[in-house]
Amino acid sequence: MVQNMLKKENKIFQNLYNNLGWEIDKAIERDDWKDTKEIISKGKEWIINEVKTSELRGRGGAGFSTGMKWSFAPKKIGSRPHYLVINADESEPGTCKDRDILRFEPQKLIEGCLIAGYATGAHVCYIYIRGEYSFEGQRLQDAIDQAYKRNFLGENACGSGWDFDVHIHYGAGAYICGEETALLESIEGNKGQPRLKPPFPALVGLYGCPTIVNNVETIAVVPTILRRGGKWFASLGRPKNTGTKIFCISGNVNSPCNVEEEMGIPLKELINNYAGGVVGGWDNLQAVIPGGSSMPLLPKKICETIKMDFDSLIENKSGLGTAGIVVINKDQDIVSCMARIARFYKHESCGQCTPCREGSGWMWRILNRATKGETTLSDIDLLEDVTKQIEGHTICAFGEGSAWPVQGLLRHFRKEVDKKCSNDPLIKKKKDVPYLIDQHLLEKKNA
Amino acid sequence: MSIKKVNPEQPKTFEFNEKTKNIAQEILKKYPEKNKKSAVMPFLYLAQKQNNNWIPLAAIKYISKYLSMPYISVYEVATFYSMFNLSPVGKYFIQVCTTTPCMIRGADKIVKVCKEKISDKENQISKNGECSWTEVECLGACVNAPMMQINNDYYEDLDEKSTAKIIDSIFKDKLLKPGSYRGRKNTSPENVKTINGTEHA
Repeated sequence: MVQNMLKKENKIFQNLYNNLGWEIDKAIERDDWKDTKEIISKGKEWIINEVKTSELRGRGGAGFSTGMKWSFAPKKIGSRPHYLVINADESEPGTCKDRDILRFEPQKLIEGCLIAGYATGAHVCYIYIRGEYSFEGQRLQDAIDQAYKRNFLGENACGSGWDFDVHIHYGAGAYICGEETALLESIEGNKGQPRLKPPFPALVGLYGCPTIVNNVETIAVVPTILRRGGKWFASLGRPKNTGTKIFCISGNVNSPCNVEEEMGIPLKELINNYAGGVVGGWDNLQAVIPGGSSMPLLPKKICETIKMDFDSLIENKSGLGTAGIVVINKDQDIVSCMARIARFYKHESCGQCTPCREGSGWMWRILNRATKGETTLSDIDLLEDVTKQIEGHTICAFGEGSAWPVQGLLRHFRKEVDKKCSNDPLIKKKKDVPYLIDQHLLEKKNA
Repeated sequence: MSIKKVNPEQPKTFEFNEKTKNIAQEILKKYPEKNKKSAVMPFLYLAQKQNNNWIPLAAIKYISKYLSMPYISVYEVATFYSMFNLSPVGKYFIQVCTTTPCMIRGADKIVKVCKEKISDKENQISKNGECSWTEVECLGACVNAPMMQINNDYYEDLDEKSTAKIIDSIFKDKLLKPGSYRGRKNTSPENVKTINGTEHA
């Protein structure tokens, strides 16, 4: 029997699979845009305090307190206008939750934008959607147009006395633009390379103005929190890890799906009840990536008991990230799975910091050789060293994001990796391998 | 970083047509007047759309003048982002996701079908000149893996058979509909309709 199942009335995203229709009149039937004017009339401080009471943490990966972030925006609007930027550049492998919000619950996002914009003093909001989501962007644009038609946006938006405009800006296939400062660079018309922090965007952001950057899911849950009260949201989940969350369960499961559940639900329950179990049965489970590809994987032993929330996962040296759960069963070669993730990071590194640009390539090449069984044991030590050289030595968190999955592999699956290292050192075999640095030593005349 | 090949054959001139010019003016209104540089990415998209899905160097020059930016800054943007094509692609441009969540559900089989049906190498235009394919990184539809994108649309829950069928439909110039090819509704779980007697929709 399922004990921890989220009750239907506590579900925020009722139209996650588009059973009810995405259009604005259908959304209004689901209580979107209800009492928005009254909520805004209660004032900025009330809104921010209510969000703080709800203990909502950012859903984009870092898990920073949303109420706290909003309170960093300057209280009074000075000579520089404030901006609100929504991060819909969903590119983390394993994650596809924002896509469903953009397609099927766009009004929740737009209403959230208005409220967040008012609370942080922004009159203009940019929604940065990844370029590949062209259908989703079109759908969101339709939803925005519908909202304008009903005067929910524009001058005196929703009768609140606050002017508010929402624009869509498309990305063009760069993973790094999911990093907030890279995203701002991209909107400004530059290549998306992250900025040094501080100054944080809340003070110096888009066009040098105070800017609040939030994930789609974070903003989309705000209207419901304010309607039902921060205490209601805080009563769901676990202390400090409150509320509901959309989990994306993909990989070797019988029925991969997106599902909204309470924070802190056991991973095993999530996989067995919603995703139809692991292909080949629970005993066939090898590992799970719990929060998008940047988070270290968990072996089966930890998966038995782990609860899916920020703090429990951090205790187990992983993280909730975006809650993109990738299930890997024993039919897969774990090393080649991680090698493919390393290839992803090599491809997506923006090239600004040397440790990440070069290191991500090193990690990919070593892991790629390991999958073919062409590594020696010392190569794996070198690999571990490279991950440590990247981690903490880059401008943005991409460095950690690329190093952590490899560290996770070495932490939990060292035996499997070592098994691949049956090769003697290549130099002994005189094997002609072009990427061997000491290639010239193989040739007698150079020796 | 992605490798970009600039096409050796380039048109001498490029200019937005009337329709594109109107859209461009609308786009400029989105951004503050002194920050019109922000429009560079939307403009590159416009150029790409107008010019058969690839951006010639002349267009980069044109956009740099339009937005009063140095040529190199526009070139920088055009080469940084992987979705801007600097060489011609097929009329039907297929992008197959091969990142881990798709890989473990059999993306390599999709790639194999593409190799057999379209062309041996990535970015090589098929014999009839209609279609090209490439491997890409995560397209953000992991729950519907394996999947591919044809022009702007997502084709999800694929296997070898359905991929072959879709590619055949391209060659007949009658592209099949996007969406799931296992007949499920968006990202809902299949076969697990009710839990504890209540539908979790």
